[in-house]
Amino acid sequence: MSLNRAMCKTLICDGLWKQNTGLVQILGLCPLLAISTNTVNATMLALATLFVMMISNAAVAGLRRWIPHEIRIPAFILIIAALVTIVDLLFNAFFHELYVILGIFIPLITTNCIVLARVEAFAARNSMAHSMLDGLAMGLGLLWLLAFLGAIRELLGGGTLFSGIEMVIPGTHALQVFPEEYPGFLLAVLPPGAFILLGCLIAGKNWLDARAASVGHVVPVTPDPVHGVEGAPS
Amino acid sequence: MNTPREAPVAMETPAAEGAAVGSCVSAPAQAFRSAVRLFLFVALATALLSATYLWTRPRIEASLAAEKMKFIDEVLPSERYDNALLADTLTLSPTPELGQKTASVVYRARLRGEPAALVLEAIAPDGYAGNIRLVMGVTTAGEITGVRVVEHQETPGLGDYIDPKKDRNKASPWIAQFTGIVAPGVPDAEWKVKKEKGRFDQRAGATVSPRAVIEAVRKAARFAEKAGPRLFVKEETP
Repeated sequence: MSLNRAMCKTLICDGLWKQNTGLVQILGLCPLLAISTNTVNATMLALATLFVMMISNAAVAGLRRWIPHEIRIPAFILIIAALVTIVDLLFNAFFHELYVILGIFIPLITTNCIVLARVEAFAARNSMAHSMLDGLAMGLGLLWLLAFLGAIRELLGGGTLFSGIEMVIPGTHALQVFPEEYPGFLLAVLPPGAFILLGCLIAGKNWLDARAASVGHVVPVTPDPVHGVEGAPS
Repeated sequence: MNTPREAPVAMETPAAEGAAVGSCVSAPAQAFRSAVRLFLFVALATALLSATYLWTRPRIEASLAAEKMKFIDEVLPSERYDNALLADTLTLSPTPELGQKTASVVYRARLRGEPAALVLEAIAPDGYAGNIRLVMGVTTAGEITGVRVVEHQETPGLGDYIDPKKDRNKASPWIAQFTGIVAPGVPDAEWKVKKEKGRFDQRAGATVSPRAVIEAVRKAARFAEKAGPRLFVKEETP
C-alpha cells in the first residue's frame, strides 16, 4: 500500500503535463469547452471533477478485488454516478448560486470519459494510494488547463478576471483588467473560441516539448515504474 | 515529437485472476455471483446517496427559499407588503398568458391584510436560445415593481444584457426600464423596442432577446390586471 516515490513522480508528471487530460489525452472536452467561459466556473467544475476522480479512483482501487471482471464497467459507472450525485447535492447545498450556473455540467461529470478512463486504465489495477494520487494528478492537470483556458476566454471576452468569485468567497469581487469600455471579443466566449484556444494551447505544448527535446534536455531514461516493470511484485 | 503514450497500465492483472477463478466455477454460478456483487454495490450506493440527500436536504431547501426571496426582493420592495410572501402562494394551472405550459406559482403580497401586489413567474418562449424565465412584481393598480430574468440561454455578451448581472450598464440596466410602468395605461403598440416604434430601448446587436422579454412582461401584466382580483381570493387547493 505504501507509495512508491518514483511512481508518484511519474503520476504527477503525467497528470500535470505529459498525459494531461485536455492537452494530450484530449478527453472530457464537453465541460472544457462549455464551462470554461470564465475562470471561476472553470475552476469550480474542474475541482468537482478532481474530487470525483480522486474518490472514484480510490473507491475502485479499494474494491477492485470484489468487482468481477465481467461486470466491472457497470460497477465503475455505478460508483462514479453515485459520487457525482453526492457532489451535485453538495454543490446544491453549499454553493447554490454556482450550482445554478454549472447546472447540467455537474451531473455530466458521470459521462466525462476521463473519469471512467482513469478508473478502467489505472485504478482497477493499482493500489488505493497510487490510484488516489493518479486521480489527484489528472484532476490537477485538468484544473490548471481549465482555469487557464477560462482566464484567457474571460479576459479576451469581457476584459475581467474572476467574475463570479463572490459566489465562492463572499466579500471578494471580480477584477476589471481592461477598461470598462472594452467592447469584448465575442468569439472567445463562444464554443468555437474554446476550440481555437485549446488548439493553440496544444500547439504550444508540442512546441515546448519539441524545443526541450532538440536542446538535448531529454529526461534521463530511468526504468519507468508504471510501464517498465511488468510482473514486478507490488 | 511527443506522441501520446498509452495511459499507465497494469501492475497486476485482475483479468487473468478472474479467468482463473472463472475456470473452476460454472457459468450460471459465476453469473449469480456477479449479480449478487452488483446488487451489493447498488445497495451500498443507494445507502450513501440517501444519507447525503437527507443530510443536505434542509440546506438545499433553505438555499432555494433564499434564492426565491432574493429575486422577489428585487422585483417587489419589501416595504410594499407585510405578509409572509413565501407562505401566501397560489399554484396556477398551466397559464398561456404567462407562457407556462406547466403549473406555476404566484406569490400574493398583502399590506395590512389588503391585496397589494402579485409576484408572477412568467416564461418568454421565444428567446434567441429557448425559454427565458422571468419573475415580476405587479401591484393591484397595475404598476410593475420590477422584472428579473431568472434563467436564460441567450448568447453571452450579446443578448444576455436582459440579465442585470450580465448587463454592462450597471447604473441603469436594461431590465430596469420596466420598473414603474403602469401597465393598464400603456397600449399594446408601445410594448415594443424603439426600433419598432415602441417605448423600450434595445442594445446594439440583439433585438430578439429584449423583444421576447417585453412581450412576456406585457402578457403577464395584462394577465395580472384581468385575473388579479380573482387570484387574491382563491384558496390554495393542495
